Amino acid sequence: MAELDNLLASREMILVAGSGGVGKTTIAAALGVAAAERQKSRVLVITVDPARRLASALGLEEFGNVPVRIGPSAFEEAGVKVRGEVWVAMLDTKAGWDELITRQAPDDETRAAVLANPLYENITRRFVHSHEYLAMEQLHDLHARGEFDLVIVDTPPSRNALSILDAPARMREFFGSRLLRWLTVPYRSRLFTVASKPFYQVADRVLGSRFLQDIADFFVLFQAMETGFVRRATEIEALLVDPRTAFVVVTTLETAPSHEARFLARSLVQRGMSLGAIVANRVLPESLASTAAADSAAALLEAADADPTGGVAGDVADQLEVPLKQVTAVLRQIATRFDDVALVAARESDRRLELVDLAPVVLTVPWLSGDIHDLAGLGSLADHLRSGG
Amino acid sequence: MWVTGKGGVGKTTVAAAIADVAARHGRNTLVCEMDAKGALANAFDVGELTFEPTRIAPNLQAMTMNTEDSLREYLRLFVRIPLLGRIGPLASTFDFVADAAPGVKEILGVGKLCYEVRERHYDLIVVDAEASGHIVSQIGAPKVIADLVQVGLVRDQTQWMLDILDDPQRTGVAVVTTPEEMPVTETIELLARLRDETGAHASAVIANRVLPVLFNRREQRIVDRLDEVMPLLVDVAGPSVATVVEAARLTETRRSTGAEHMDRLRAWLDNDAETPLPIITVPEMFSRGSGPRVVSLVADALTDELDPDPGGSDG
Repeated sequence: MAELDNLLASREMILVAGSGGVGKTTIAAALGVAAAERQKSRVLVITVDPARRLASALGLEEFGNVPVRIGPSAFEEAGVKVRGEVWVAMLDTKAGWDELITRQAPDDETRAAVLANPLYENITRRFVHSHEYLAMEQLHDLHARGEFDLVIVDTPPSRNALSILDAPARMREFFGSRLLRWLTVPYRSRLFTVASKPFYQVADRVLGSRFLQDIADFFVLFQAMETGFVRRATEIEALLVDPRTAFVVVTTLETAPSHEARFLARSLVQRGMSLGAIVANRVLPESLASTAAADSAAALLEAADADPTGGVAGDVADQLEVPLKQVTAVLRQIATRFDDVALVAARESDRRLELVDLAPVVLTVPWLSGDIHDLAGLGSLADHLRSGG
Repeated sequence: MWVTGKGGVGKTTVAAAIADVAARHGRNTLVCEMDAKGALANAFDVGELTFEPTRIAPNLQAMTMNTEDSLREYLRLFVRIPLLGRIGPLASTFDFVADAAPGVKEILGVGKLCYEVRERHYDLIVVDAEASGHIVSQIGAPKVIADLVQVGLVRDQTQWMLDILDDPQRTGVAVVTTPEEMPVTETIELLARLRDETGAHASAVIANRVLPVLFNRREQRIVDRLDEVMPLLVDVAGPSVATVVEAARLTETRRSTGAEHMDRLRAWLDNDAETPLPIITVPEMFSRGSGPRVVSLVADALTDELDPDPGGSDG
């Protein structure tokens, strides 16, 4: 269907979001392949922590922020016809922060001091939202460089998918916050400044003055980069609401992920961001939920049980030349287990309906046997996406 | 008992079910949701949970972690600051401290739980913990703080927390997975990281939503050849019988793909330790995805799998 191709052709950035375990990375990669199949353009897919086999299929042997091109021969071998180029990069948070500090530091001295601060590594590595901020940073950076026609970002798994969108604002607020002002008050005047005195009294007792001093030192340095960081955060926010940017929300049709997808889709729209599509992934065939199939299952069970010495089970046993007992067991099992699968399919189709009003396009990708871990798999996933409207 | 796992594997349902089993066996149990998403309240179908525990069933209380409340409680209990109004701005800028100072937010959560253990307020605390990506920084926070903070109250208090967290008699981590590629891979990575970066001990892997074996080998061969006799089946059950057969095949393919991933996990566990971690299997319930009904079904399945001896060291 044209919907997917239109989306991929009209946008410069696509952010793929959704809760953990729904196949975001694979969908992001397949979107990249789909774009390159139709457009003679350079497409970049930025992924975070893909499954090993998918990573190696994409030629990503190690983490690196420098995009790597998937060779045309690899596509040829996989039987996937691409007109454009697909590049991939795997986000490396630590290196990303180092690059960021290097870029934003006003002088060599500040840069060296920040990178050497004992808290720096901890803050950048363990800082829960640093992945989110970095992802936004990278996106902005790659977009600004203008080397790619389309950048697709597989957003990091996050306990609240929205924290990625809030990351730039939080960074900006942080620089304007009272806390940062307090932390960076010169040591001697701390206890004399009316506003910060209670904070320091408590913080000193709880955290110990040494730790507090380490934190303060770090943020004094960090503050030197305020202008750069705040400007950048503002630019990233603008990019997120830019009409050239679209979000694709990926979900399965299980309860929890689809609940989160609905919440995410609504929140995106509320924030003025463009929701390009919702992808319902790993969906059971809708025919499983049909009355006709349920009737068939009931009829099959009845027929298998009706005449234990013959009937349909006997005919099947004769034709296949296998024991009747086994055939009866197989037919009964198929018929009785059908209800379980049909129940799941029926619930999935209900949940799919709940998604329909939320996005201009809802694409359905069927459950495919096995995980996708090569380019051919991504190619067929791209086909499913294209026909899944 | 910390319950973690990749997002979407049914972590909250399993945590709720473990708490339910313990409470049913007469153990005074607290279940605590760490990420405040409301999934735990949903699992028990109760109203919004708070930092102050709510009694939701006999022997069972539930709470949700709130680091700001935890900070208040901490200041009241340990620093003995009576008038919190005076440090009001501390609370309002707390989020920023928590983001900026490594481990602070985490230790306030972990510290509260350790405090409850130390004070023996409950027989068992079940933690619906952060997903596998964050659990290491959460459970490892006292160690990080101990390394970073040289003096002060917090430093003094990391030691008793570590004593509790590192003691396999008192603290265990249950990693929930589903029989799928990414959850199994993350489980393996998490078990290695828990061992390398924290002193906490994993106590079990819980394989959730495991599909039943439908056919033995001989039966499977018949299933594979059913297309040859499809006209016979259509005669008795109508043309949609093909869909019915296809559904069984789909389920079987899913099951066998899942079984391969579980084999990979089992091989890693067997290779990893002299006494491999047990894998506790919870079948696919073909029921609702979440809510009290599935919690109770999973609790029944866990009761069948676990030795229900309340004095056992599994808790």
